[in-house]
Amino acid sequence: MSEKQQALEALARSQWRLAITLTGVMMAIYFGFILLVAWAKPLLATQVAPGLSLGILLGALVIVSAWAVIWVYVRWANSHYDETVASLREPRA
Amino acid sequence: MTTTLGQPHFAAIAWFLAFVAVTLAITFWAARRTRSTEHFYAAGRTVTGLQNGLALAGDYMSAASFLGIAGLVALSGFDGLIYSIGFLVGWPVVMFLIAEPLRNLGRYTFADVVAYRLRQAPVRVAAALGTLSVVTFYLIAQMVGAGNLIRLLFGIPYETAIVIVGAVMMAYVLFGGMLATTWVQIVKAVLLLGGALLLAGFVLARFGGNPLALFAAAAERFGGEVLGPGQLVAEPLDALSLGLALMLGTAGLPHILMRFYTVPDARTARSSVTWATAFIGVFYLLTFVLGFGAMLIVGPEAISAIDKGGNMAAPLLAEAVGGTGFLGFIAAVAFATILAVVAGLTLSGAAALSHDLWVNVVRGGRADEREQLVVARIATVLGGVSSVALGIVFKGENVAYMVGLAFAIAASANLPAIVLSIFWKPFTTRGAQASMIVGALSSLLLIFLSPTIQESVLGRDEALFPLRNPGLVSIPLAFVVGLAVSWLAPEPEAARRFPEVQRRVHLGPEA
Repeated sequence: MSEKQQALEALARSQWRLAITLTGVMMAIYFGFILLVAWAKPLLATQVAPGLSLGILLGALVIVSAWAVIWVYVRWANSHYDETVASLREPRA
Repeated sequence: MTTTLGQPHFAAIAWFLAFVAVTLAITFWAARRTRSTEHFYAAGRTVTGLQNGLALAGDYMSAASFLGIAGLVALSGFDGLIYSIGFLVGWPVVMFLIAEPLRNLGRYTFADVVAYRLRQAPVRVAAALGTLSVVTFYLIAQMVGAGNLIRLLFGIPYETAIVIVGAVMMAYVLFGGMLATTWVQIVKAVLLLGGALLLAGFVLARFGGNPLALFAAAAERFGGEVLGPGQLVAEPLDALSLGLALMLGTAGLPHILMRFYTVPDARTARSSVTWATAFIGVFYLLTFVLGFGAMLIVGPEAISAIDKGGNMAAPLLAEAVGGTGFLGFIAAVAFATILAVVAGLTLSGAAALSHDLWVNVVRGGRADEREQLVVARIATVLGGVSSVALGIVFKGENVAYMVGLAFAIAASANLPAIVLSIFWKPFTTRGAQASMIVGALSSLLLIFLSPTIQESVLGRDEALFPLRNPGLVSIPLAFVVGLAVSWLAPEPEAARRFPEVQRRVHLGPEA
């Protein structure tokens, strides 16, 4: 197997690892929220500040966390991933 | 509260006609640039990341999420927000697993990706089944919603509304293809985000600009429990099943996936998801304010007096804070919202019929440009006419479950096959076929046996299958079937071509 092919496979593996980890993180956050909604109704109705119930706070944080995991991925992709892709595209790596 | 809602009044009609005039002008401009299939299906692959992000948002945010969620919050408080959140969390999945590989591997439809190293005909037939069932259920929900909403908003009869939506949408797609559809979706996204921001601004102005003051006032007037979960999520398994379908379904919606072919490269596909998630997230955060604003300023009784489902909460709120002119604007925005979504759906259905079934199955990939364009346009007319017919046939039916069903089919029939074809070397033609067919049919069968159909639609006392959404069973099942069938009967040729797929997924089609 050529060196380039090995580098490509290493890149594919690290992309997959990050992608599946971040997908798992997003799922854990979202399903955690759903389970709280199902089982901890009184807890989520408590107000941590006037008008700000724990439910609304956590709900907004789920949306913010979707932005956060995307930010993590894009940071990695725009730097490390794109650089490796560029080097692999060159005729002579 | 008195309202002029439901009477055809000048402001609404003027705003609506302005929108139609602008979008038809765009269509005229786009039609002159739509000369090849690459233009018709993929807007010539010239759309920028920001444009595609807006268009994705415009393709995705339906009238149901604008009017429906605001109404649900206005009537039941926190529970409505659970939908807002569910509709956003699928976007990271689109980003991590789908957007870039799809752009690099395919041309016009997601079937291009699944069929890349497999046998074309069987895979494309199965993929078309998945696409067409998602598109059909999503379209029925949109069309019936459109008929009802437009009747309530403008006072025109249901059937007339459906025909107007069908005709205008068909004009966009038929003449302007993806380029016109893209710009209609961009205009709609800007109007919808702008309208929602303005409306939220008017509401917050009454509460010192502080959303917490708004929520606190709602808790004071209607009790603290409006800020916490109510009865919507009573059964945790039901909630998980719907949640899983919403999250993974987003990444399997054919009209969303098709948008990634409109950008020049994978990097732009990446930035379009970032933009889309930003816009859609902001929009869903605004629904918090709009919903509680309508609860306080309009009041739940006034809202449900006009429409039991609460769909008129946002328009009534617009009238209360901004007068008849603003109501007209928001009504026209809702109309534009429907048009942009059905145009995207129709285009992806037409692509499945013409690009997947006709060109690659019937003609074995040997059809010239002229023929492909003609067939694509015939398929568009077929799609447009069927959506009008379906809208009229399903008048008065309970179609609320169809969006959840469309997401469940997308997550079960489409997503597992796409993910396995991109990332799993031993995947085979039979595996893909089985996964897509089992995913689609199990979703349909399980929803038929579920309380959703048996109790809510057919009025029976009990249902054989306990979950209201089939996702929790059908999605893992489609994955397991795809893995098991591939493992039982390997396809050496498909495995041999995996390095080529890997190369193209990461380095792009040019490499």
